[in-house]
Amino acid sequence: METKIMNCIMCPMGCEMTVTIENGTVASVKGNTCPRGDKYARDEITAPKRMLTSTVSIEGGMLPLLPVVSADVLPKERILDCAVYLRKIKIRTPVKTGDIIVKDILGLGVDIVASRDMEAHG
Amino acid sequence: MDQLYDVIIVGGGPAGLSAAYSARENGAGRILIIERDRELGGILQQCIHNGFGLHHFKKELTGPGYAQRCIELIKDKPEIEVLVDTMVLEVLRDKTVIAVSPEKGLLYLQGKTIILTMGCRERTRGAIRIPGERPAGVFTAGAAQRMVNMEGYLPGHKIVILGSGDIGLIMARRMSLEGCQVQAVLEICPYSNGLTRNIVQCLNDYDIPLYLSHTIIKIHGEKRVTGVTVAKVDEKNAPIPGTEFDIECDTILLSVGLIPENELSNGLMLDMHPLTSGPVVDQHRQTSLPGIYAAGNVVHVHDLVDFVSEEAEIAGKFAALEAQGKADGNLRSVDVRPVDGVRTCVPQKLSLPEGGEPVKLFMRVAAPQRKVRLEVKSGDAVLFSKMLPIVKPSEMVAVEIPAEKIALSGSEITVGLQQ
Repeated sequence: METKIMNCIMCPMGCEMTVTIENGTVASVKGNTCPRGDKYARDEITAPKRMLTSTVSIEGGMLPLLPVVSADVLPKERILDCAVYLRKIKIRTPVKTGDIIVKDILGLGVDIVASRDMEAHG
Repeated sequence: MDQLYDVIIVGGGPAGLSAAYSARENGAGRILIIERDRELGGILQQCIHNGFGLHHFKKELTGPGYAQRCIELIKDKPEIEVLVDTMVLEVLRDKTVIAVSPEKGLLYLQGKTIILTMGCRERTRGAIRIPGERPAGVFTAGAAQRMVNMEGYLPGHKIVILGSGDIGLIMARRMSLEGCQVQAVLEICPYSNGLTRNIVQCLNDYDIPLYLSHTIIKIHGEKRVTGVTVAKVDEKNAPIPGTEFDIECDTILLSVGLIPENELSNGLMLDMHPLTSGPVVDQHRQTSLPGIYAAGNVVHVHDLVDFVSEEAEIAGKFAALEAQGKADGNLRSVDVRPVDGVRTCVPQKLSLPEGGEPVKLFMRVAAPQRKVRLEVKSGDAVLFSKMLPIVKPSEMVAVEIPAEKIALSGSEITVGLQQ
């Protein structure tokens, strides 16, 4: 049996959690204040996941960049690959919040969506 | 005078937007938001990372996403007017606002009440006196954030970040995602000044070393930064001889604290607090000058925008009530004094009405501690206490004191930590 102290990153509270691991699987999670902490701790031991936020190039708007966010968590070890992929994406205005910018990025089953509106700039 | 408004709000970031929304909800008839940038939303527009809004909107949002929610709440409301690209030059004690814009020229606007929501700005190299050359390549983390996330430039490729504030940590990750090499984050304090989650997901995830109790003692380079000399510091933050080492870099990002932006408040001669660097306010966020309110980072630097919105909604409500002549005039004043391990507390004053209402106190502690009891006392009587498993200077402590407890306070209450 092994115990690990970790801080939850799901929200700014950053609960300090004690995770007990038995035979490579999580036996218990203590110290979390909500169910998201429990899920985070279990994922962190077996398959860590992260949200991704970045930007893509956009033409025709007030700004040259559009902020984007992954619609769900991605495998941590693929975050950098996704960021590299997004550097090459170019789109055009208009865009609405939540519009899908990249569908199923790198076949990981998660869409990349716009995190703000950007109108065509007259 | 051109126009008379119930509420004039200076600054269209999250505080200004939330104040406007709340002022309208509470019956203000004519509300004006003045914003100097070309669009509303303030600094949130460059904070493209997520983690915003869990308290206020019950949903995890990015910075621009949070801003958009706030903007939608005030959009197309006939009671709320917005001036963007408009800079407020001065606010007079009679609540005249003098502003200027390229489109409208000089404006004189009259408010029945004013809400100050100018936010804060970053401390710069000058504020922390780093010795060495004066080459290009030294930026504040927020300036770099705007370049990378909004303007489409990279400030450099090989980065050293001084200060472990949240913006610095967020930028460490952001620069890594853009293909830059982040060499190190240096923190003069023996503990990090950012949220723990940001140490985990912004530094540990990218194997970026965090040097606690270290600082830059020299910047190298003539035209462009070529590196820094770093040293460990003692308890008095003095560099320890013999601990120096060099780190190669072409860019230095400074994340060394934020200063509430209070030129207008100073012009109004408001009572200012020396530690928060913001105006002294009561629980309604009214300043020392009746009719002038302040909320958000201009009052004290928050770590969560959700609390900024919460505070601004309070200011918006009470400004609206005052503008309509509905404010409770019969109030007694109570001082709130931080003691024993609590560094600052907002509000600094309470204006207590007869019936009473709960009051939320926002505190920062002086140093990290575990297992402490927060005590709110009036004289020797404990009005309220709460066990806190862990407190850190970087994470604001917020507690709500029930109305019936607050009603028992004398002319002063103290807030402090007990082991």
